[in-house]
Amino acid sequence: MDLDALASCLASPACLVTQTTSGLIIGMLLFLVAVGLTLIFGVLKVVNFSHGAFYMFGAYFAMTAYQVTGSFALAILSGAVGTALLGLIFERVFMSRVYGRDVLMQLLVCYAFVLIFDDVVRMIWGPEFKSMGMPAAFQVPPLFIAGGVVPPYYLLLIGVALAAAALLGLGLARSRIGKVIRAAAHNPGMVSALGINTGLIYGGVFALGGMLAGLAGALAAPVRSLTPGMGFSVLIESFIVTVIGGMGSILGALIGALLIGLIRSFGSLGFPLFTEGLMYLFMVIVLVSRPTGLFGKEVA
Amino acid sequence: MTRTRKPGISRRSTLALMGAGAASFAAPWVARAQAKTIKIGMPTILSGRVAQLGTSSRNAVLLEVEKVNATGGLAGRQIEMVIRDSKGQPQEAARIARELVNTDGCEMLLDGEASSGSFAVHEVARDLGVLCIHTCSEASSLTADPKQHIPNAFRCVRQGIHDSIVGAGYAAGIAKAKGLKKWATCSPDYAYGRDTTGEFVLYLKKFAPDVEVISESWPKLFQPDYTEVVTKILQAKPQALYSCLWGGDLTSYIDQANIYAMFTQMEVFAVNMADYTALTVVKNLPKGIHSGDRYIKTFPATPENAAWGDAYKAKYNEYPTNWSWQNATAVMFLSEAVKKANSTDGKKVAEVLAGLTIKCPFGADGTVTMRADDHTLVGYAIGWGTTIPQEPYVPEVKAGDWKAIFELEAEWKKSKGYT
Repeated sequence: MDLDALASCLASPACLVTQTTSGLIIGMLLFLVAVGLTLIFGVLKVVNFSHGAFYMFGAYFAMTAYQVTGSFALAILSGAVGTALLGLIFERVFMSRVYGRDVLMQLLVCYAFVLIFDDVVRMIWGPEFKSMGMPAAFQVPPLFIAGGVVPPYYLLLIGVALAAAALLGLGLARSRIGKVIRAAAHNPGMVSALGINTGLIYGGVFALGGMLAGLAGALAAPVRSLTPGMGFSVLIESFIVTVIGGMGSILGALIGALLIGLIRSFGSLGFPLFTEGLMYLFMVIVLVSRPTGLFGKEVA
Repeated sequence: MTRTRKPGISRRSTLALMGAGAASFAAPWVARAQAKTIKIGMPTILSGRVAQLGTSSRNAVLLEVEKVNATGGLAGRQIEMVIRDSKGQPQEAARIARELVNTDGCEMLLDGEASSGSFAVHEVARDLGVLCIHTCSEASSLTADPKQHIPNAFRCVRQGIHDSIVGAGYAAGIAKAKGLKKWATCSPDYAYGRDTTGEFVLYLKKFAPDVEVISESWPKLFQPDYTEVVTKILQAKPQALYSCLWGGDLTSYIDQANIYAMFTQMEVFAVNMADYTALTVVKNLPKGIHSGDRYIKTFPATPENAAWGDAYKAKYNEYPTNWSWQNATAVMFLSEAVKKANSTDGKKVAEVLAGLTIKCPFGADGTVTMRADDHTLVGYAIGWGTTIPQEPYVPEVKAGDWKAIFELEAEWKKSKGYT
């Protein structure tokens, strides 16, 4: 425990800027993965344990597209669109067959696909770790804001994640398709009776969830080494975020992810040997005081 | 009165047969010892972020085994390698090691595990009594701590304490020249990371007493994100950083630290940087990282080492790694020991291995020795230098002095109560 370091950081604008940015980066990547997870749970009532694989595929798709085209924008697009298509196929062919089944069955199917997807990645890209490399446009010195260090690439990352959150929130609240999705989440039978194809909605939501995880993977690819199985640790942290925020709540996922990001960032200063534990401790405190999570009642 | 022997199997013979049967059931490698082919088991890491190193271990072993088999094998027996993936999980490594011996009939083990798994495999070797050569774990305590010692286990790997003595000597020189007094450390949170960092700091302070460590970070092994660690180090504003992160963890760390321009703000000493696995993977390799040699074909600068690196590249279309040369050396040791023992019996081979010196492309003077008293490798080429972003990556390596290493290592062992 190093409370002096934490206290001196809280008193220093430079440190506050650096650590807050660091927390935001960790949090926003987690949010993109967690929001897909929570969206799928909110609408499809499935705990998609294979969700981390979409993060992994997003990173690999982005790296491959970047190697082939040299375009970073196309790399990000490929990561997002590629995983959306994969999500759609996966949902239609496999997941749609376990809706309404026992949760244990759903978890087993998902876990089987975690292993299958890891092997697929291993077969296509090889078992060794890969690095995509930072695009030339972002190989620039970091910005110094109030003495704090802020890399320009992370500003892009935070911006894209915030834009995705805003679009998703607005889309679900205001658009017609958003209203249909929310209706399907509450009463799929009624939606179906109105002549709306619920299968299409479910497939679309799964694809959207996959796309968000893939987008996170693509954004992370320039700064994280890529390896089969890389989705697993992200999945665990995303579950923590989802549980803290409340299963099915998009706002909860956002707040939960930001809290976890900040806990990790500032916790590494004050509790360097307990940063991981701090995250779990926070989850326990939230669940004990509020079993449905912070925003558990708000279902998408 | 004389007893006449009844036809059939006597009670004594039956008991002897039962005893032999029970013994072979309990120790199948004994029963299979006379098989024409000799099976050598190898638990190693073939998936996950360390897979590249595990694969390079396997490649190097197969490269050397091919040579041994071409010249008649081990005492006339062709080697068959049985290589399994432990996924980097200690419990899996131990399970596989046991299975390789008990089920697959392997008579020897080459342990291609990082420190996280090698201690688990060591316990299996202790339990089964099978000959085991550790080929990847650098944690000094694996062989330096007498509590770990077993007569049938050896370590054919560079060692943390050796690296730390040489690295700290090199770093202290730079620290004194450039006035680097405030240091930070960032190393993986497991046996190798803790041991090696502690030893480096110990010797750094011994050689440059006014050095102070103002920040320590211990990210967990295979951590995906180092942002919080990077910013923590930046906050501490050290003048120099030591890290023994390795493999994919090191490349991730460099990628993330790069965009914070960390390498322009402090001198970085990353002991595991100068290995092709990291050097070639990092896309924007910063210039001027100080590193220990891991495997580079230009150090030692001998035709034998260059030829070995080129032969590996010709076969596998990539350069070998630090784990490669260590695993290759283990096969060289086995081959030589079996020749000298004129037997593949694990006990006899172990007796010859202790203290054995062989010719080797990776030796500081063209030879390496399996030191008798602690069953660990000494005499290998060891040095530190500064990286550049293209080949030869570390153009000048300052070689460590083995005489000084031995002296300081002996002091260190005494201070730890090991001798």
